[in-house]
Amino acid sequence: MNCTDIQVAIHGYMDGELDPLKNLEIEKHLQHCAVCSQSYKADQALQTAVKTGAQYFPASADLRKRIQSSVRQVGKSEPIFPVIPWRWLAVAASVAFVVILAWALIPSLYGVDAEQLVAQEVVSSHVRSLMVDHVADVMSSDQHTVKPWFTGKLDFSPPVKDLAKAGFPLVGGRLDYLDNRPVAALVYQRQNHLINLFIWPAPDDTHVNPRALMRQGYHLFHWSQSVMTYWAISDLNETALQEFVRLVQASP
Amino acid sequence: MPDQTVARFEQVVLPHMDAAYNLARWLTRNDHDAEDLVQEAYLRAFKFFGSFHGANARSWLLTIVRNTCYTWFRENRSQELTTSFDEGIHSTEADPFDPEKLLMQSESGQLLKQALEDLPLEFREVLILRELEGLSYKEIAVIAGIPPGTVMSRLARARSRLKQCLTKLVNKE
Repeated sequence: MNCTDIQVAIHGYMDGELDPLKNLEIEKHLQHCAVCSQSYKADQALQTAVKTGAQYFPASADLRKRIQSSVRQVGKSEPIFPVIPWRWLAVAASVAFVVILAWALIPSLYGVDAEQLVAQEVVSSHVRSLMVDHVADVMSSDQHTVKPWFTGKLDFSPPVKDLAKAGFPLVGGRLDYLDNRPVAALVYQRQNHLINLFIWPAPDDTHVNPRALMRQGYHLFHWSQSVMTYWAISDLNETALQEFVRLVQASP
Repeated sequence: MPDQTVARFEQVVLPHMDAAYNLARWLTRNDHDAEDLVQEAYLRAFKFFGSFHGANARSWLLTIVRNTCYTWFRENRSQELTTSFDEGIHSTEADPFDPEKLLMQSESGQLLKQALEDLPLEFREVLILRELEGLSYKEIAVIAGIPPGTVMSRLARARSRLKQCLTKLVNKE
């Protein structure tokens, strides 16, 4: 450290904010540099003067009272249950009843809505995985490394398929959370495009053929087979992603 | 329950009123404005008390006090917010700071007060938080809304400027 560095660092030294190594460096410098050690003495004297000589302004008893009573007043004026006449309460209750009924019925009438919700989650998860530069917890192109990695982390064993020969090498896998449950996310690659393949157990053994969706410029496919639900998403073109889906479905 | 909230607030935040007032008083430089701003800050703190989960109530409160003061400055005394940070830390003073000379003055406390009040707001604030409240650099960084690395260099500038002001005042006497 030279004198210019010391001029700033000496304040951290004086305030006890430096690490021991820096302290030592500064002490060494002070022993040899008369100018810096003179200036340090002045800084110390100044600090003592301010600490002991500068007035400390305490709050007055009057202010204390004023603040206490205004806080209590505000605390009181914000009751949790505002007083509402009974007649309006009845109206509100019937409105609430209708809303709750609609909330409960609509998704079952239009099963699509549940699908839309999951689709949105899939998009978010895909985008997030690319954004934070953390696509995979286990990075490996070997299906026999990726599949066992999930053991103990999920209550199911996701099928991990090797599609490298078809031009979709495996990048790795990670845990994710979709549709209110932990799921397996497998990451595949096609040239510069990444594909997220989400897998979790299906509610029943119904075979559902792949359906294509489009969200925010991403192509999505989802289907069910062998008691598993699959969602594939990528910025690949639809034909290429469909080819990927076909391969996942077909391979043993 | 609101009563419980008030009681907890009184227990956790009210004890730091001296620190709050001291900061506001040094920033505004007058009793009346400082009292109003501290009261305003306390009501704000009460409103956001639900979002306070930390252990350091003093720093949390001082951050609110400081922000309340700065809002007030922007609305009433915006010229004080424009400070030039250009000057070097070690300006070559004709008269070096002589602490002995200062302490010999019968009115050294008054001189110190004047010198501190003449400092730009940003300098005054870090000095008060450091020397009178004894806060760490980390706490000061949070309250003043600056990176931790900036606290030390700002204190260096503030102290250098304070030395210059004091030297001028002492020599005038």
